[in-house]
Amino acid sequence: METLVTILAGVLVTVATYLLLSKNLIRVIIGTAILTHAAHLIIMVVSGLKTGSVPIVGEGDPVDPLPQALILTSIVIGFAVTAVSLVLAYRTYQEVGTDKLDELRGDPDE
Amino acid sequence: MKINNVILRTVAKLVFFIILTLAVYLFFAGHNSPGGGFSGGLVLASALVLLFIVFDIETIQKGIPIDFKLVAAFGAFLSVGTGFGALVFGENFLTQAFDYFNLPFFGEIELTTVTIFEAGVALVVVGVVVTILLSISEDE
Amino acid sequence: MSTLVLAIFIPFLAAALIPFLYKYLKNIHVGWFVILVPTGLFIYLASLIPTISSGEAIVQTMNWIPSYGIDITAYLDGLSLTFALLISGVGALVILYSIYYLSSKEPIGTFYTYLMLFMGAMLGVVMSDNMLVLYVFWELTSISSFLLIAFWYQRKRSREGAKKSLIITVSGGISMLVGFIMVGTMANTWSIREVIANVSAISEHALFIPAMLLVLLGAFTKSAQFPFHIWLPDAMEAPTPVSAYLHSATMVKAGIYLVARFTPVFGGEAVWFWAVTGVGIFTLFWGSFNAVRQTDLKALLAYSTISQLGMIMSMFGMGSAALHLGYSNESMVYTGATFAALFHLVNHSTFKGALFMVVGVVDHSVGTRDIRRLGGLITLMPITFTIGTIGSMSMAGLPPFNGFLSKEMFFVSTLEITEASFFGLGTWGIIIPIIAWVASVFTFVYSTIFVVKTFLGPYKEEKLEHPAHEPKPGMLVSPIVLGLLVIAFFFMPNVVGNHLITPAMSGIFPTFAAGGADFGTYIHAWHGFEPELFMTIGVVLFGVFLYFTRKYWSGVYNLFPEKRSINVFYGFVLDQIEDKSTVVTNKYMTRYLRDYMVYIFAFFILVIGGTFILTGAYRFTLPENAPVSGFEWFVVLAMAVAAITILFAKSRLTAIVLNSILGFGIVILFVLFRAPDLALTQTIIEAVTTVLFLVAYYFLPEMEKEDAPKKQKSVNLLIAIGVGVVFTAVALGVQGNKVFDTISTFFENSYELAGGKNMVNAILGDFRAFDTMLEVVVLLIAGIGVYTMIRVKAKKESDQVEDK
Repeated sequence: METLVTILAGVLVTVATYLLLSKNLIRVIIGTAILTHAAHLIIMVVSGLKTGSVPIVGEGDPVDPLPQALILTSIVIGFAVTAVSLVLAYRTYQEVGTDKLDELRGDPDE
Repeated sequence: MKINNVILRTVAKLVFFIILTLAVYLFFAGHNSPGGGFSGGLVLASALVLLFIVFDIETIQKGIPIDFKLVAAFGAFLSVGTGFGALVFGENFLTQAFDYFNLPFFGEIELTTVTIFEAGVALVVVGVVVTILLSISEDE
Repeated sequence: MSTLVLAIFIPFLAAALIPFLYKYLKNIHVGWFVILVPTGLFIYLASLIPTISSGEAIVQTMNWIPSYGIDITAYLDGLSLTFALLISGVGALVILYSIYYLSSKEPIGTFYTYLMLFMGAMLGVVMSDNMLVLYVFWELTSISSFLLIAFWYQRKRSREGAKKSLIITVSGGISMLVGFIMVGTMANTWSIREVIANVSAISEHALFIPAMLLVLLGAFTKSAQFPFHIWLPDAMEAPTPVSAYLHSATMVKAGIYLVARFTPVFGGEAVWFWAVTGVGIFTLFWGSFNAVRQTDLKALLAYSTISQLGMIMSMFGMGSAALHLGYSNESMVYTGATFAALFHLVNHSTFKGALFMVVGVVDHSVGTRDIRRLGGLITLMPITFTIGTIGSMSMAGLPPFNGFLSKEMFFVSTLEITEASFFGLGTWGIIIPIIAWVASVFTFVYSTIFVVKTFLGPYKEEKLEHPAHEPKPGMLVSPIVLGLLVIAFFFMPNVVGNHLITPAMSGIFPTFAAGGADFGTYIHAWHGFEPELFMTIGVVLFGVFLYFTRKYWSGVYNLFPEKRSINVFYGFVLDQIEDKSTVVTNKYMTRYLRDYMVYIFAFFILVIGGTFILTGAYRFTLPENAPVSGFEWFVVLAMAVAAITILFAKSRLTAIVLNSILGFGIVILFVLFRAPDLALTQTIIEAVTTVLFLVAYYFLPEMEKEDAPKKQKSVNLLIAIGVGVVFTAVALGVQGNKVFDTISTFFENSYELAGGKNMVNAILGDFRAFDTMLEVVVLLIAGIGVYTMIRVKAKKESDQVEDK
């Protein structure tokens, strides 16, 4: 299971990287969201999978609770990042009239 | 195109209160079973988002005249404030306290300062999520 | 907290309060509150004089970073006290003066905040025993000086002057820091007192001379020694009270303080002697020589300050010769120079402060400082004239003013040093008194120019902005006090000598003090017909001669034209640095996100992947895997397919739906991995994110097909696969090599420790609540960010405050 999920995370990272390299703002933003997913999976995997029960006292020998706490924080922050970049993208589009990164370079003399 | 969405609206009103109950439940359950400030706050926010989608923004704002920016700010204040509260009692910053009390009618109950901290977290989550969505959708 | 440490921080506290006072007390000039701070400090410090002059030193420590041995240790001996009294005393007078100089229409709240910041920093410099703390305060004085020079930031010249002073003094400061670190490493302590106590252990070290030179670089830049003096004339763009305070009486003397403080460490070395004396004496000459050609009164005073600082510096250099010889009756002769240096330091603050204030008064009254337009103010501004004359005559070294005493002592020292037989002084020593004497002649000339051109001669009202008149009496109080001190120190020099300078001397010559040396030099106004008196008479005679024949010899200045000055060289170097770095930066900063991403990912692949291969960490010993059920296979495969399909998504709606599939796939995995909290949160976040995308899509254009060139696309694909492979390889490698035990067993006691059965929640709310609190704050900031980005739109026309 661990190896399988690690490879899945690798696939997600590859896809995210390709999206981040594209010149369309929406693709870049989706890329960051996918990268977040991959990070969550890998944190889970490293602590070992399905080694116990849910991390609640009285439910038996629990799995490692620390990665879960880290991921919970990360999920909410990931949402904030997506929100801010989306708004940044559409405000840029409103002001400049394009969402293509190669057209957003501006004039070198400015 | 105007679609007749009476059914949708009626269902939404009903579902809103169900989700609201779920949010409150999750918030208080968080201490001993899955749930907590983040989940509770997010569920509450999603309930509000449902209303904003089904009805239009003006109607909802008339019904719930709350400035969600202030909700978020107040939540952050509450979370940081509990941290300083510990300082007043000579403890380290953000030390949480808990104890068990015997209250009439409720029986033995656990009261903790974590609940206040978590309430702050929940309020920030609600406030920020709703503020973000409202800001975007109200833009011209 | 100890009172002495508190004394350093009171100005900082005041700086924090001033904006509020300024905002809410509109009717009272905020300066009246500010003045209480230096006055109080002065009284407090003065009350310590008896303790200090009995030879004791006060040490108080407050821990700051004990693990690195960095503590805020306030150390007050005679040397520190002399400086601290100057800082608070002149500070009080300057603030009093500024109350009348700056009208309430100016942003005086800002002004006094900066001034208090400076005062605290300066007190910190002179009272810190820890070198690193001293450095922090040192740079703070540079920063507050920068802010004060640029107080009238609308003027281009103010901004340029501020920038120049910052660049020069901060570069010097950094070299000083390196020197300090060297000293600290050699002596294995950050405390200056301990370094001095163990000086013999470090003086043979290979880094000793480099450390000395670096520390000196800091001192020279701060004290405007040649060739770093160029910032000081430009700093005169500051309001006159600032010039009087920072750029003549206190801040520029920080370099002098540093030299004095480190004399017991480095003094006695030939390099130190020649560097300090040589640079000082040449600065003395160069400053006075250039002061004569100035037409702006403030510029004249600036060069004069440079020259006087050089003089003080050279005296410290000459005094350090005594340490070379060790304590004996012969070597005591040389300590006279250090005594004179300290005495002149105090004197200079009094007369130069008064002179700056006089210039301010003149400027305020007639609206110009140009000596070609001034003249004949003696009858119209008699009080100002009197103070100006007192200050100038003291500066020129004439009796009955304090400058005379220290100038004579200076001459004595220069003559004595020629008789020394070490450091090659037998051959070269003779040039010291000669340069000193020539420079003094020029000093006399510019002092004369200052008085004659401003106050005597014809009154030219048509060239002035306003007709001349005496200012409000309040503005004259401070210069009068300083002028009186100039005279008082002449008649009672030994009050200063016994109470401040003698204890300061034992700080500079600790080995001598331990040997029982008596530094109690008795200062005489009349020495009899000694060489120094003839030197002074010579200065006056030649000075008068040169003043009247100025027309004939002023051609000398054509030998040093503007276009070959250090200033122009400085500007040239700065321009070149800017141009070259622009060229280099433009080479790789393409302003295209993809290129930056390529840099990052290429770095990732090369460095992480390279390390992985080079260190041989690629041994995959896969741990026993948890079993995979058919359902899990399905979920994982579905997610992989969804992810890859996103790359080919034609419409943005498809892309976001596929992203949702990924998200809900993760939810299922979280459930399978026994993480109910995560599954719950991720579900809702996924729903809200989708709504967010849909709402934002309303404003965004449809996603177009990626029309990048084929080659670029294949490069992208190559990089993406590279990153993915490195990531997977590292992740698998990590799982096979668990080096540490898990710390999570601690959290499993959540019920006993935090009263909650849900461990994840106990971690978030209790064990690691600090993370959660900051996360909440980040979330709030994101919310505010989104709100402001949408609601607060840039105004099209921004106000132009800056002139060109």
